[in-house]
Amino acid sequence: MSRRTNAWLTGSLARAHPLTASARSITFAVPGWPGNDPGHHVDVRLTAPDGYQVVRSYSIASTGTGEEIELAIDRLPDGEVSPFLVDDLELGDTVELRGPLGGWFVWRPEQTQPVQLIAGGSGVVPFIAMTRAHASAGNSIPMQLLYSLRAPCDAFFRDELSQPSATAPTTWHYTRTVPPGWSRSAGRLTVKDLKSETLPPEQVPLTYICGPTGFVETVSRALISLGHAADNIRTERFGGI
Amino acid sequence: MMAVFGGRRRDDNPALPPGQYLTESFPVLSAGPTPSIDTQDWEFFIHTEAAHTHQWTWDQFIALPSEDITADIHCVTSWSKLGAGWRGVALDTLFAGVETGFDFVMAHSYGGYTTNLPLEDLLNGRAWIAYEYDGGEIDPEHGGPARLLVPHLYFWKSAKWIRGLVMQSGDKPGFWEENGYNLHGDPWREERYA
Repeated sequence: MSRRTNAWLTGSLARAHPLTASARSITFAVPGWPGNDPGHHVDVRLTAPDGYQVVRSYSIASTGTGEEIELAIDRLPDGEVSPFLVDDLELGDTVELRGPLGGWFVWRPEQTQPVQLIAGGSGVVPFIAMTRAHASAGNSIPMQLLYSLRAPCDAFFRDELSQPSATAPTTWHYTRTVPPGWSRSAGRLTVKDLKSETLPPEQVPLTYICGPTGFVETVSRALISLGHAADNIRTERFGGI
Repeated sequence: MMAVFGGRRRDDNPALPPGQYLTESFPVLSAGPTPSIDTQDWEFFIHTEAAHTHQWTWDQFIALPSEDITADIHCVTSWSKLGAGWRGVALDTLFAGVETGFDFVMAHSYGGYTTNLPLEDLLNGRAWIAYEYDGGEIDPEHGGPARLLVPHLYFWKSAKWIRGLVMQSGDKPGFWEENGYNLHGDPWREERYA
């Protein structure tokens, strides 16, 4: 896939909709965007009227060769950029974008290894791109998502991930609040949960984990204890510890 | 009517390279799981073109003269952390008895990570193998028990879980460099991507 990693392109906000009380999907029309693989991210640059600029990286929820890219941004309470993107940016407004970036935490439909995706909170965004690419390629490689989140209302793209026709099924895991009638109580993912809710080591899955640092550390350590090889685990972390 | 980005304009900080913002926390960025390395099993090597390997066990390594280093961290993902305190052994000390005609180095980590550097970026008091952070052991998440520390380059060059250095004749790319990052990584020149 072509790359244009050093050029800043101008994107205008083409569509937006709320995902949760604190998150929004924003889709930019970006003339000249070279397309991206699922899992790629993008630098977004904002400029204040006095010339002050800030840059942040975001995972891309969309995939393919089109000139539109969808981001899913969670508002960080103390953030400098995310509150603007979630609350203020209006249709037609422009930002600068550079990418696609990152050639490691990506999944390409020609890969043949079974795929286990494990998301903590807003870490689900690159996996949206992966499950979409998997579906649109009509791919028969096993792919499944384990999505850990605090409460049902925190889910990004719940309808899309819940579709019975989805080729990459989602297992939901709640750490603080469970939906009515849920069979298990809320709690963090344990080794036992991971054993019963992810592809076993015998299938030699390629596992992608994305979430806060503590989540990624805990889950990757647990998978290794279950017999998965470190070489088959790819991680993307955000936030400090 | 365009939404206007206000930003939180800060005083220009001369310690911040272009495009960087300050953080007080210490984010963790790694491509895979955190390796668990017992210092009993740890070793560090420098391998030269003469197929000569200089090797240190953990006890030999920490018996070398070490230095306190206060240095800024600049991550390619745009955060910077100023004034981090480390303790480690200067690469000058480790290279003191090493003969090589090669100008480049490939750093190898436990866990398989690699990153390439020009030898000149490692010498003359500019790089260390650090084994303490903020007065204590380095957390495994941050590269413990020992990591390369090259503070004048973006931090992906400061390989965590360092295992050894292999001299190379050319500037062959390492892990992130093969995945779109710049071969060199000078934050003051914004050498972020290829």
